Amino acid sequence: METLTLDTFVTKSKSDSPSGPYIKVGMDTGGIAAGAARVLEVLQEEVKLAGLDLPVLPTGSLGYSFVDPLVEVKTESGLRTVYGKIDEESAKQIISDHLKEGKLLDDHVVASRKRTNDLGDTQTFAILVKDTSCDGGDKTQFFQASFEEDFRHEGLTGKVQVVRALDMGIYGEGLVVKLLPSGVTYANILTRDIAQIVDQSLKGDKVVDHRVYAKNDPQNRVVLRNCGRVNPESLEDYVAAGGYQGLAKALKASPEETISTMKDSGLRGRGGAGFPTWLKWKLTSDVEADQKYVICNGDEGDPGAFMDRSVLEGDPHSVLEGLMLAGYAVGATKGWFYIRAEYPLAVERIRIAIEQAQEAGILGEKVLGTDFSFDAEIRLGAGAFVCGEETALIASIEGMRGSPEPRPPYPSVKGLWDKPTSINNVETLAAVPAIMAKGARWYSSIGTEKSKGTKVFAVTGKVKYPQLVEVPMGTSLQQIVFDVCGGVLDDIPIKGVQTGGPSGGVIPEQHLNTPVTYETLQELGSIMGSGGMLIMDEHDCMVDVAKFYLKFCVDESCGKCAPCRIGGYQMLQLLELISSGKASLEDLSHIERICNAMKKASLCGLGQTAPNPVLSTLRYFKNEYIAYIEGGPRYARQRKRELAGKPERKAS
Amino acid sequence: MNMSAAPPVALQEPEPDVLEEIQHLLDKWKDKEGNLIMILHEIQNKYGFVPRDVALAVAKRLEIRLAQIYEVLTFYHYFKLVAPGKHNITVCNGTACYLKGCAQLIQKLETILGIPEGQTTKDQMFHLETVRCIGCCGMSPAMVVDGRTLGKVKPDDMKALVDDIKTIEKASGEERDN
Repeated sequence: METLTLDTFVTKSKSDSPSGPYIKVGMDTGGIAAGAARVLEVLQEEVKLAGLDLPVLPTGSLGYSFVDPLVEVKTESGLRTVYGKIDEESAKQIISDHLKEGKLLDDHVVASRKRTNDLGDTQTFAILVKDTSCDGGDKTQFFQASFEEDFRHEGLTGKVQVVRALDMGIYGEGLVVKLLPSGVTYANILTRDIAQIVDQSLKGDKVVDHRVYAKNDPQNRVVLRNCGRVNPESLEDYVAAGGYQGLAKALKASPEETISTMKDSGLRGRGGAGFPTWLKWKLTSDVEADQKYVICNGDEGDPGAFMDRSVLEGDPHSVLEGLMLAGYAVGATKGWFYIRAEYPLAVERIRIAIEQAQEAGILGEKVLGTDFSFDAEIRLGAGAFVCGEETALIASIEGMRGSPEPRPPYPSVKGLWDKPTSINNVETLAAVPAIMAKGARWYSSIGTEKSKGTKVFAVTGKVKYPQLVEVPMGTSLQQIVFDVCGGVLDDIPIKGVQTGGPSGGVIPEQHLNTPVTYETLQELGSIMGSGGMLIMDEHDCMVDVAKFYLKFCVDESCGKCAPCRIGGYQMLQLLELISSGKASLEDLSHIERICNAMKKASLCGLGQTAPNPVLSTLRYFKNEYIAYIEGGPRYARQRKRELAGKPERKAS
Repeated sequence: MNMSAAPPVALQEPEPDVLEEIQHLLDKWKDKEGNLIMILHEIQNKYGFVPRDVALAVAKRLEIRLAQIYEVLTFYHYFKLVAPGKHNITVCNGTACYLKGCAQLIQKLETILGIPEGQTTKDQMFHLETVRCIGCCGMSPAMVVDGRTLGKVKPDDMKALVDDIKTIEKASGEERDN
């Protein structure tokens, strides 16, 4: 790419982005694990064999992890189709059926989440059908046949395709049909509605009002705006999608204005604690120093979370741009990416992004021809959860063991190599360029009064459709779990949702209607955390869950301060006693005392928050603890068998 | 904490070709700040673990004490002090996999291989370990076998998985003998 200047971006309008047909394959770690690399190869071979002229490109994850690997096809007409669960055979079908004959594949289409109640003036060329009811029997095939039968009578055969969809993004709404390309969606359809839909919406141009499903998906993609859209290894793609415009805008103004934009936007740290981003930058910017640093914290250590990995893998340039903006705002000339070594693909993509930016004059001396100079380097984490703590992370970048230090002094005053340092999470940084480009007012219009913007969650565990979700702050857990992710696996009643990883807590069913914000989650005894969201069903044992998280923290404790090192260990012993049925009720109060001591006296966030899973399960599921205590060893053994999925032993 | 201690080995300089590689690596990182962890990463990528003699050679050349290197090596989970087995089976123990029953997977593998998690079989053929989270929560329970990620695995699949590797090993062993 030729050297870029500030004017390249200022004169550039969004419509410059390249269009034309393409095939994109989701090549993130999840996709690759599901076989995306082979699918990409097959598609490239087949396109060549068929003599077609369209690029087959890698991209990041669209977030629909439950149907990996994902393939997106855009045809000449501009219509985009997302396919899921693609293997070698279906990859070949994409070429032979979709591209050559214009026929959509059955059982692979993932419908877009956009729905309207307006048919527009385009002719419907296909309808997607899917049985979304939870009663077990899948009537999709019968449903497809009914439509086809009706089409034969009405002379629509060959004109409109009836395609079985893989996923509609609508769950528990009976038979659902979506008209393409308009996006008009009908739900809870009965057999007698079919004739009416065919007559009015397919032959005519009227919408059948009483079955329209116009409820839009609550998702709003700000951080994930480019994931699954751009080629993560292409600077051109990122620039075409509006990349580096935020940086260009900021460089035209001043660092002070950048900070004030961030202040107006209301963005708070997405690593979990929710410290206002602008304030962090202001504090670092206010300190006089010959050298300052900015750090991107990509040491996503929470088990069950993969938001940061997806962003780093899917849209590395946006994180780099965010880091540059942070550097510009605080007056730093050097930025560091601290990324888990367990994420080799993320590391590789960031490395490529840095190289490309250096070549294009975006990184280095005189960024885009201005007086601002900035460079970035990567340092790898090595599997230590405590390195999520700012002071420990700094020690780790310095090449030492990651022991936390007492604060103050805060890193904003005395950080990396004793220089003022601002540390921001991947998700925070990825949101920054969008805010700079689109303005603070736009961002602050999303979310609630105190928690602005959107938050990415990795919804996993006992959920039907595990995936990455980005919703405005204030969306309820109920909506996230049931509307977006389809509810609990096998329709077993839900017990609770765990947020915040080992530092968070379990939110029980009765509180699922709570809007998700930093404050509400804290009131419920959990935290926002970095965004892992684990769904637990009725069969999950909360004592066991508490033990799981506590064991994690005990393993990860660096051992520097006594409350964490000793308190955690002692508490784990007590939990072991409980789950073997050998504890007394008194032990519960011991546990609470240890929890309080750890919370108050631990040196860093790890020790202070380690009791959270125990405290929150004690708060909401004390009866489970008591059942173990009262039931004794016999109950404990039986429970253990149940949890291992073995049949219940008959009482003799 | 990583408690597995390194076996006692005579502390002598590694082979000349290894030394040359180390020197090459150190030249690359010499002038960079906070280089120790990055150097250790490169060593582990090369050998699969950080051999004691290599660590000693690095300490000498960086003019730091060996203890300073071991302080770092033993702190981080990622670094290994002993050679891994020929085939590495890694079971994810992240929360999503835990909820979906990875404990049963580990138990099954421990029975089949006859070693507890974190150890290598006597013939150095298999190494079994658990990791925090491999970030493939969408396909939990997940595991990594020799770099290949497998999703939605069941305890009953484990026998076949181990047998397959054994069969391939046996076949290649016979080929060598002939």
